[in-house]
Amino acid sequence: MAPKLPLHHPVEQSSTANAGGQAAAHPAPRYGIKRWLLTTNHKEIGSLYLIFSLTMFFIGGTFAMVVRAELFQPGLQLVEPEFFNQMTTMHGLIMVFGAIMPSFVGLANWMIPLQIGAPDMALPRLNNFSFWLLPVAFTLLLSTLLMPGGGPNFGWTFYAPLSTTYAPPSTTFFILSLHIAGISSILGAINIIATVLNLRAPGMRMMDMPLFCWTWLITAFLLIAVMPVLAGAVTMMLMDINFGTSFFNAAGGGDPVLFQHLFWFFGHPEVYIMILPAFGIVSAIIPTFSRKRLFGYASMVYATGAIAILSFMVWAHHMFTVGMPLTAELFFMYTTMLIAVPTGVKVFNWVATMFRGSISFEPPMLFALAFVVQFTIGGFSGLMLAISPADFQYHDTYFVVAHFHYVLVPGALFAILAAAYYWLPKWTGHYPNLRLAQWHFWLSVIGVNLTFFPMHFAGLAGMPRRIPDYALQFADFNLASSLGGFLFGASQLLFVWLIIKCVRGGEKAPAKAWEGAEDLEWSVPSPAPLHTFEHPPTFRHESK
Amino acid sequence: MNKHQHTQTQRASGVRRTVTRTLFALAGMFAFAFALVPLYDVFCEVTGLNGKVDTQGQPLVAEEVDQSRAVSVQFVTRTSAGLPWNLEVETRQIRVHPGQSAEVGFAFHNTADTAIRGRAVPSVTPARANLYLRKLACFCFQEQHLQAGERVEFPLIFQLTRDLPADVSTVTLVYTLYPIARDEPALQARASSDKGGEA
Repeated sequence: MAPKLPLHHPVEQSSTANAGGQAAAHPAPRYGIKRWLLTTNHKEIGSLYLIFSLTMFFIGGTFAMVVRAELFQPGLQLVEPEFFNQMTTMHGLIMVFGAIMPSFVGLANWMIPLQIGAPDMALPRLNNFSFWLLPVAFTLLLSTLLMPGGGPNFGWTFYAPLSTTYAPPSTTFFILSLHIAGISSILGAINIIATVLNLRAPGMRMMDMPLFCWTWLITAFLLIAVMPVLAGAVTMMLMDINFGTSFFNAAGGGDPVLFQHLFWFFGHPEVYIMILPAFGIVSAIIPTFSRKRLFGYASMVYATGAIAILSFMVWAHHMFTVGMPLTAELFFMYTTMLIAVPTGVKVFNWVATMFRGSISFEPPMLFALAFVVQFTIGGFSGLMLAISPADFQYHDTYFVVAHFHYVLVPGALFAILAAAYYWLPKWTGHYPNLRLAQWHFWLSVIGVNLTFFPMHFAGLAGMPRRIPDYALQFADFNLASSLGGFLFGASQLLFVWLIIKCVRGGEKAPAKAWEGAEDLEWSVPSPAPLHTFEHPPTFRHESK
Repeated sequence: MNKHQHTQTQRASGVRRTVTRTLFALAGMFAFAFALVPLYDVFCEVTGLNGKVDTQGQPLVAEEVDQSRAVSVQFVTRTSAGLPWNLEVETRQIRVHPGQSAEVGFAFHNTADTAIRGRAVPSVTPARANLYLRKLACFCFQEQHLQAGERVEFPLIFQLTRDLPADVSTVTLVYTLYPIARDEPALQARASSDKGGEA
């Protein structure tokens, strides 16, 4: 699978970057499987990450199709409730840890060195290690489905005691796989921080960096801060299950609510880990296709920082119904609403960038525009959920499912698709097929909204999450959601076809593939040669 | 060329410094996750949440009984899954005056034909009443070991202090029985074996 896809570039030196000096010696190129197993090249590792996350996206998507097929009509038709629970759980885990996060890391690997004029990531061999941990982690996670008692069935939030006292025996493997995936993310984050802080082209100050680098730097700090907390929480689970401790066991003096606090102390920054890089992508694409500089660059940076800091102070809004004192309810309600301010700044800046711009609607711009609109819908339903008294009604209903799918699918995922369309010419040297991309876009938009919009209504009417069967009055909403889900799922196959076509051929792209694109990555040829910026480019400050 | 090498070494040392700092931050955050466990208990104790205050007996506060006011104290007992015990209470509700101490009889009964260790875990609703509840004697301070069919009586002696907020008119004390951790693995195996969904 892997060698078919991008990057069969001949190992030759970049003509532009290398004009003035001798190149560092490169090891002889390897071929076949060893090339991919042993590569330390940021572009090859970036491609591996992207291919891996696309694979995981389809595996997690298949699980979602099972869920939607079961919910197509009321009653139990296709799968047992136990298996249904495993499907919802695995869908969430695979999509969060296997699809969205690695694809952002893949984009960072590919683009950050190109955007800051660095020859590679700061720690190339660590980079290789952090990628190859992922297939191990997710093979382990998927293998639990075949174990006696089945795989994880306690929801992707794995609340104790569902995930300890009442968990299937395979839970220990689940914990191990989460540890491995966590280590992979942490190593990736270290690498990105080290690269951004130390390897910028001479003359490029922090505030000259493209916003994608900024948002990823802040994301990496979030990862460093919260992945160890997740590791701690699952370690406590491991000890509760296997070594007789009682961290989350009331019988032994522990407290299951402590698990929820630990989980969401990790989990809330985690949701920003999955959206901040998307902000960076959209902040690159909208100026390009509006042919204007990004409006309010500095405020974008500060807003990202503010969101990151606030993300540590809102975690208990996931637990409003757990029995907190009134003061805590109010505190978490207000801090949560405060996040709407920096987020609003961002949406305002994107709109202001387009204002009086010379806009064209190439595929990356289509996805970026859909991102802005639909992510904002997800933001608004988030504000509704932030209202603590209202949350007692919405808690654990399909309204929550609608909310976080709006921020993650037409939010994070659309940004990733936009990024893929934006940078495919740089990766493959060919423009993606325009017709196919437009079909993919419109089918995705219709599919996504048909799937997730009715969930708002089902949730407000009281349909609970994570159930394989439901009361009859929810039948129409679920029928629409399921049809939308199948449409969205099927239309993603177009994307795979489009990528394969784009790798094989298509309209040739010049170095500067998009008219309004200004960042450093557009100064190297398309496709980007395997080695770029071996001598740092001189970065000229644009007069601002 | 010299300049180039100079940048290279500068970059290498910069990377080393960044990595060292991040590794320290990582270790710190991992330790912080575990520090949250005792911190959580401290937080609950200070705020009186979760009924975690009363882990040992407290002395009676000598204060004048506030006859002008009466508070209902309700008792709820529950048994967690898999523990064949009953916890009986002589009355479901009493009325006390703040400042006054009261005694209520509880009885544990092991209905199984084996000896079992168990524990009653307390909680108080509303949580803020916890700060004004003083337990002088409670079976919840220690674990119980009951022989097969044995029945043991324990008193609960408590006092609600006079500074109990005026709007609290009912305090509910809940006691949930749990088997002791040593019996846990057997319980857990039973819980998971009847799940067995086929994958």
